[in-house]
Parts: sequence; C-alpha cells; structure tokens
Amino acid sequence: MGAARRLAWVEVKLLWREPLTVVFTLLFPLITLLVLAEVFGNAREVDPVTGEVFYRGVGPVDYYVPAYVALAVAAVGLISLPVHLAAYRERGVLRRLRASGVPAAMLMAAEVAVALLVALAGAVVIALAGAVVYGTGAPARPLAALAGFLLVTLTFAAVGLLLGAVLPTARAAQAAGLPLFLVMMMVCGAGPPPEALTGPLAALARGLPLTYAVRVVQDPWLGLPTGWGALAASAAFLVGCAALGLRLFRWE
Amino acid sequence: MGTATRPDAPSAPAATAPRAVEVRGLRKAYGERVALAGVSLDVLPGEIVGIIGRNGSGKTTLVECILGLRRADDGRVRVLGLDPQADRGRLRALVGCQLQESALPDRLRAGEALELFASLAAEPADPRALLAEWGLTGHRRTPFAALSGGQRQRLLVALALVTRPRVVFLDEMTTGLDPSARRTAWGLIDDIRRRGTTVVLVTHFMDEAERLCDRLVVLREGRVVGRGSPGELIARHAGQTRVTFTAAADVGFLRAVPGVRAVERTGGRVIVRGEGPLCALVGAALVARGLAPTDLRPVLPGLEDVFLALTGEEGA
Repeated sequence: MGAARRLAWVEVKLLWREPLTVVFTLLFPLITLLVLAEVFGNAREVDPVTGEVFYRGVGPVDYYVPAYVALAVAAVGLISLPVHLAAYRERGVLRRLRASGVPAAMLMAAEVAVALLVALAGAVVIALAGAVVYGTGAPARPLAALAGFLLVTLTFAAVGLLLGAVLPTARAAQAAGLPLFLVMMMVCGAGPPPEALTGPLAALARGLPLTYAVRVVQDPWLGLPTGWGALAASAAFLVGCAALGLRLFRWE
Repeated sequence: MGTATRPDAPSAPAATAPRAVEVRGLRKAYGERVALAGVSLDVLPGEIVGIIGRNGSGKTTLVECILGLRRADDGRVRVLGLDPQADRGRLRALVGCQLQESALPDRLRAGEALELFASLAAEPADPRALLAEWGLTGHRRTPFAALSGGQRQRLLVALALVTRPRVVFLDEMTTGLDPSARRTAWGLIDDIRRRGTTVVLVTHFMDEAERLCDRLVVLREGRVVGRGSPGELIARHAGQTRVTFTAAADVGFLRAVPGVRAVERTGGRVIVRGEGPLCALVGAALVARGLAPTDLRPVLPGLEDVFLALTGEEGA
C-alpha cells in the first residue's frame, strides 16, 4: 500500500475507534430533522393572504431531508474536521508526520477521504430516516444528487481544512466551528425556510457556503431546475478555501 | 568501522572528506531572543556526533534547522549534500528523526505506526524486526495512549529508523527510559552505526555522550563553546585529576610529589589535586612513609566536569 492510501486507511480506522465526534456529527442533524418533520408535517405551505410559497414549493419534510444531508456535510466540515486537525497540531502529531516528510497534500487528501466517508454515512442516515419515518421519496435525479453531494462535501472539507489550518488548538477549533455551524444552520435554509428570512438574515445567508450547499443538494433531489448560481458559488468556496487552507497551513 | 569511529578520532574531520551534515554560520532568532548565533558543524558519514548543552542553549533549534523544519535566518545547511529546505522530497527517505514534543494519535497501535511510516520509504526496515529490537513485540497492537513513557519513547526511536535512513537525528533519545532500557538503546545505536548509519545525538546525559559519541559539540547560548572527542574535551576542559584517601597522619609531604598542586583535608579525608599519573605517585609516596590507606582512589575528571566548565554552573 502506498503511503497516501495507508495514511487515509489509518485515519479511517482511528475514526472507527473514536466514534464520538462522528456520532455527534450524524446524530444532531438526524434529531433536528425528526423534530422539525414532526412539528411541520409535509403539507405544502402557501400564505393564504399573499399567496407566498414556502419551502420552495414542496412539503416541509421533503424540503428538509436534502437540506439535512447538506447540514450533515456542514457538520463534518465545520466541526469534526477542524477539531481533528487542530488536535493533531496541538499534540504534536503533525510535527511527527512532518518530520518524516509527509507532504501537507497527502495529509489533506487523507482528511478529505475521511470527511467523504463520514458525510456519506450522514447522508444515508438522513435519507433513510426520511424514507422510513415519513415515506419521503428517493432523489428525483439520483446521479445529479450524488454529484451535488460530492461537490458540497469537497466544499465543506475545504472549509474544514482552512479552519483546521489556522486554528491552533482543538478548543479553538471547537469555539470557532460550533457557532459557525449553528449560525449557518439557522440562516442557510436548514432552519426556518429561506422565504421566511428577513432582509439582513437573507443577506448574511448569501455569504455563507451552506446556503448554496442546501440548494445544490435540493435541486436534483427534489427535481427542481438546476441552480447554476448555487453550483458556481459552491465551487468558488471550494477553490478559495482549499487554496487559502493549503497556503495558511501550519504544522506547529 | 572507519577511522572516525576510533576513540582517538580527530577533533575535526579532514577538510576533504564528504560530509553527512555540514552546517556553516547558522543563525536563528525568535524575535529578540537569539537561539543560534553562528553555529558551524560537520558530521562525517558513519560518525556519532553528540550535541550537548543546557536547556535553551539552542540544541533543538539547531536540529530543527538541519532537518529543514525551521528556516534559519542566515547560514548554510547541507545534509548528504542536499539543501533541507529545497530538497525535502529527496531527503525524506534518507533522513530519520525522533523529536521532542511529538506524538502519535492516541488510538494508533504501535505496529500500525511502524507500518505507516515504513510506507514512506522505498526499502523500509521490517516493522516486526524493529518492534522486537526495541522490546515492543508484545505491544504491536497496543494503542499509543496505552504505552508507558519508555515504550512511547522506544516506539518513536524505532519510527526514526524504519525508513533505513542514512542519517538519523535523535533528540533526547533515552529520556524516560529506565537504566536497563537505556543500556539496550545504547547497544542498538551501536548496531545502527555498525551498519553505516550516521547518528546525531542530542543529549543531556553525559554518560550517554561519553559512551556513544565519537565527537561532541558543546553549545552555550547559541554558540559552540567546545568540540572534540570526549577524551579530548576531558583532557582540555575538565581540569585536574584528584586522588582521595583517609588518613589521620599529617600528609603535607605529598606537596613535594611531582605533579601535585594542592593537598586539602576535610576531617579525616584528604584530597590531592594535580596532573599526570597522580594516583601512582601519591600511592608510592604514602607507602614510602609507611602509610597504606585502603580507600586510596583517583577521581577522574569526566564529561560532567567538561559540561559544567563549558556551559557554566547552575545560575552562573
């Protein structure tokens, strides 16, 4: 086995042995989904006075399932990945790896592989929960949904690498990642429906990657027209964060 | 073994010999604090060179600059003829190191760690053989967090060797090891050298430096204040030999013995200071006067004395 693959494999095994962060990452979106679905049901909502359509014209449960797939991806990128990398830096694991000449790119690739795996697990859990508990359907365009999922996972892996690159300790990573995650969850379409946001909140949402990630997963999942703007924004976050993360990455 | 490994190895390598490590005029400051103030150093292939000095004397910074982990402010470093900053990729397989303040993930098992680091080399050592050599065979499946301090240390040294490096840097290799594990580690370092590996050893332990190193470099406040073989350094810097014994009688006559510089008495204990074959001459003089103390013995100056003389007493 080559060094890059062995490193990725070791990281996967370590994750398996210390599943607490993964459980949190997967459980939190799942519980929230189940609560919201229970509260809002799956009837389409149209404002009787203004005729305004909520939840992008689909039922709340249908809306939230793909949104929470994106949210699980965001949890990986905003919390588990940066905390993991920062803890490695804090404890001198990065120092050890670097001293043996492990290139930064090899480490990053291993972390991205692990992030993909966890995000995939999260997506499956959310999709299954929706299908089993509320009978939500499979994605309307499965291949496009998968491609969208991969794109947003890479995007949030890049966000996570950037956070993990600059935050010195696990505590710092937690202190930064958790609020970011909660804010994004509330304003980016995984909390109140986007139509309900006030002007300033909507403006804030436009600057956050989860807004686009939710769209990128929802569009093919719900059979809505492809949102090229959201795809482009996601790709831009991916490239920007990856470039900045590799540039700012510190081993110690 | 090459000439450089003999006890009487020259204090400086021949000017023409190819060097495993070459350092010239290395300077490094962290803000106002100067860590290295122009350090030069040569290590020949197959040598074991020790870097000694008090805490904060710049030892670790020096090693980190040589490894390319830190960028020096000024000066030149070559490892096997390569620039550690520019040729990191090529040096990866040629250089091994065990550093302070480095660790492995808690749940990573000893065997997995060795296999992971072995995969970085084209022709690695056998991880199982290394585990056996370093006394970790029974801990192949033990997670790093569950290893004792000494076991962790041995694993980190084994990791430094698993790529079969041509030059290996060991920073405080035996810290945390019990006396028997230290002896074992010394034997293993001898083995490594016998296979032709060059070793740079940073150490606090003078017995270790004396036992293992062909040459030593003594650092104080970022400068080299002494260099040479342990024997040379002792001869040059450790000062006078002492002879001690117990005697009630007046032994002032010893001042006339050739080489004696001083005779001191504390209670029944006599300390004679001087140079040359002091013990034999003092013994002969005592016997000639009918005195034959049973506890007559020389106190030979050691590397410890060199260390104290060159790096300053505590608080100096």
